[in-house]
Amino acid sequence: MESTVEFENFKKKGSFIRNVKKSSQLYAFIFLAFLSVFVFAYIPMYGILMGFQNFSAPRGIWGSEWVGFRHFEAFFNSHFFWQIMRNTIFLSLYQIVAAFPMPIILALAFNEAKDGFFKKFTQTVTYAPHFISIVVMTGMIISFLTPEGLINNLLGIVGISPTNFLSLPGWFPSVYVWSGIWQSTGWGTVIYLAALAGVDPTLHEAAIVDGASRMKRMWHINLPAIKPTIVVLLILSFGSIMTNGFERIILLQTPLNLTTSRVISTYVFEVGIEGGRFSFATAVGLFNSVINAGLLIVVNYISKKVSGSGLW
Amino acid sequence: MVEHSKLDARKKLTIDAVQQQKVNEVVAEVQARKKTWKIQESKGDKVFLFFIYVYLVLALIVTLYPLIFVLSASISEPHYVASGQMVLWPMGVTWEGYQLIFNNSDIWRGYGNTIIYTVLGTLVNLVVTIPAAYALSRPEFYGKKVFMIFIMITMFFGGGIIPTFILIQNLGMRDTIWAIILPGATAVWHILVTRAFFASNIPREMEEAAIMDGCNDFVMFIKIILPLSMPIIAVMALFFGVANWNSWFPALIFLRDRSMWPLQMILRELLVQQNMHSMPEGADAAIAAHRRQQLAQVIRYGVMVVSTVPIIMVYPFLQKYFVKGVLIGSVKG
Repeated sequence: MESTVEFENFKKKGSFIRNVKKSSQLYAFIFLAFLSVFVFAYIPMYGILMGFQNFSAPRGIWGSEWVGFRHFEAFFNSHFFWQIMRNTIFLSLYQIVAAFPMPIILALAFNEAKDGFFKKFTQTVTYAPHFISIVVMTGMIISFLTPEGLINNLLGIVGISPTNFLSLPGWFPSVYVWSGIWQSTGWGTVIYLAALAGVDPTLHEAAIVDGASRMKRMWHINLPAIKPTIVVLLILSFGSIMTNGFERIILLQTPLNLTTSRVISTYVFEVGIEGGRFSFATAVGLFNSVINAGLLIVVNYISKKVSGSGLW
Repeated sequence: MVEHSKLDARKKLTIDAVQQQKVNEVVAEVQARKKTWKIQESKGDKVFLFFIYVYLVLALIVTLYPLIFVLSASISEPHYVASGQMVLWPMGVTWEGYQLIFNNSDIWRGYGNTIIYTVLGTLVNLVVTIPAAYALSRPEFYGKKVFMIFIMITMFFGGGIIPTFILIQNLGMRDTIWAIILPGATAVWHILVTRAFFASNIPREMEEAAIMDGCNDFVMFIKIILPLSMPIIAVMALFFGVANWNSWFPALIFLRDRSMWPLQMILRELLVQQNMHSMPEGADAAIAAHRRQQLAQVIRYGVMVVSTVPIIMVYPFLQKYFVKGVLIGSVKG
């Protein structure tokens, strides 16, 4: 087998067939991945056509009636549109402002602490919530936030009367963002700690000799060392400003907080899967995907300009 | 000057143990000072470090407290929890909640289903991901770039939930185990991470030598590459395993049949929808309605513990592998 390939090397150098043959077994390696991506990612992309039709399942995509951009227009003109857009973007911005700096601060603090049991234990504990399932996490939030739950009991000690956080729409964004902070801050430090571990110790030694305090060294050595990571992650989070944590929101959503918790992805689920309006939901989903892809391209371009590194 | 030093030299030669001792003393003092100087932080640094530790202790408490509370509440007398008397440690210890949980057939079935989905799903994930990542790491793989673009596009753009739902329905996979396992078989990000590992950890020369010796790609992959890549396979198995264990959404939209639900779906019913009708079925006659109401909250805390224990138990031992996985990814990403 190998020898015939070698022989062909001489016969027609650089030909397409020779190259394919040479890699033939590697195609078998990639076949399953190729197949599953094709079926479960590309065929649904073709299904996007539904968004331009009045899709009916028995007639299929080729038999259904085409309606052009009618569903998009219906979405833009619906009275939900601005509410949904506002919620989607507000939750993302709140998330970036409140949650993004948290792992950076914690990683810088971990980096100052002396290696030993305390540091290791604290790291292990703060990483742990990352592995709790979203369902259990939401269950904890609900149990803690009920009027006779933990948070209200603790507030009662300080003399604050109980609030029903979950039924007041004004509280939803904070519940969503701060529970996310509790769950993800620790794990988020991992990537920054790796960058901090790469800081050249002679920089610190030189700074100590020059009389720099710990705080000065953190500010002028450690922070610049993780700056590239910060910039890339920050830019990326702006790229996903139209995406929210769908699973967390859908679980925390109740009829009472819909005015602040209904975002694009949950709306697609609501009208599509629950309401059965497939075509309309597909159109809304497509609108979101297109904006996301566009944002990512723009943001990647900015990232490359600013930091010299991007996603591709 | 010169004369002086000469004189000094002569003096030094002629004298003297006393002076030598003095020199030693000075040296010792300098060294001692050096040591204390190194240990002694400036006042500002001490204050700064103090605040760092205060902050870390706060982070520790904020993270740990809810976890301990859940654990304590799951074995406490319900009225102590509801009234806020139970703040940290269990009060009026009762195992009733756990008894009800372990007598509940839904939970057991859910647990069983989750184990099946997790084991099978993770195996499928690995079989699909690892070989593909290896092929993509080989520089001479013809068409590598096309495949990379082909799979990476799906990270940024997709058909969305509705077309996927219709597809699964058309394939006849609804209410089958395949709807849970197959759609997520390929995780593009994990392929990229594994590929980065292969690219930087498998020496090219070794592959070339194997090919020279007439080894084909299959034999090489199984006999040479796999034994060398156990770390990345372990990392990937962990990532996939946790994701499969915690997964609930595919089950929500694809499985109408309750008996097929994974544990997370049962938990959703108990914890999120606060729907207890399935709960104390085993002992319903024996338990008064009022008591049932009381126990509902204890049961909720109990199932949080029961469902999370397998992961939290193994996690501290595997932590370094999880961290490694993130780091391999961040090198390329």
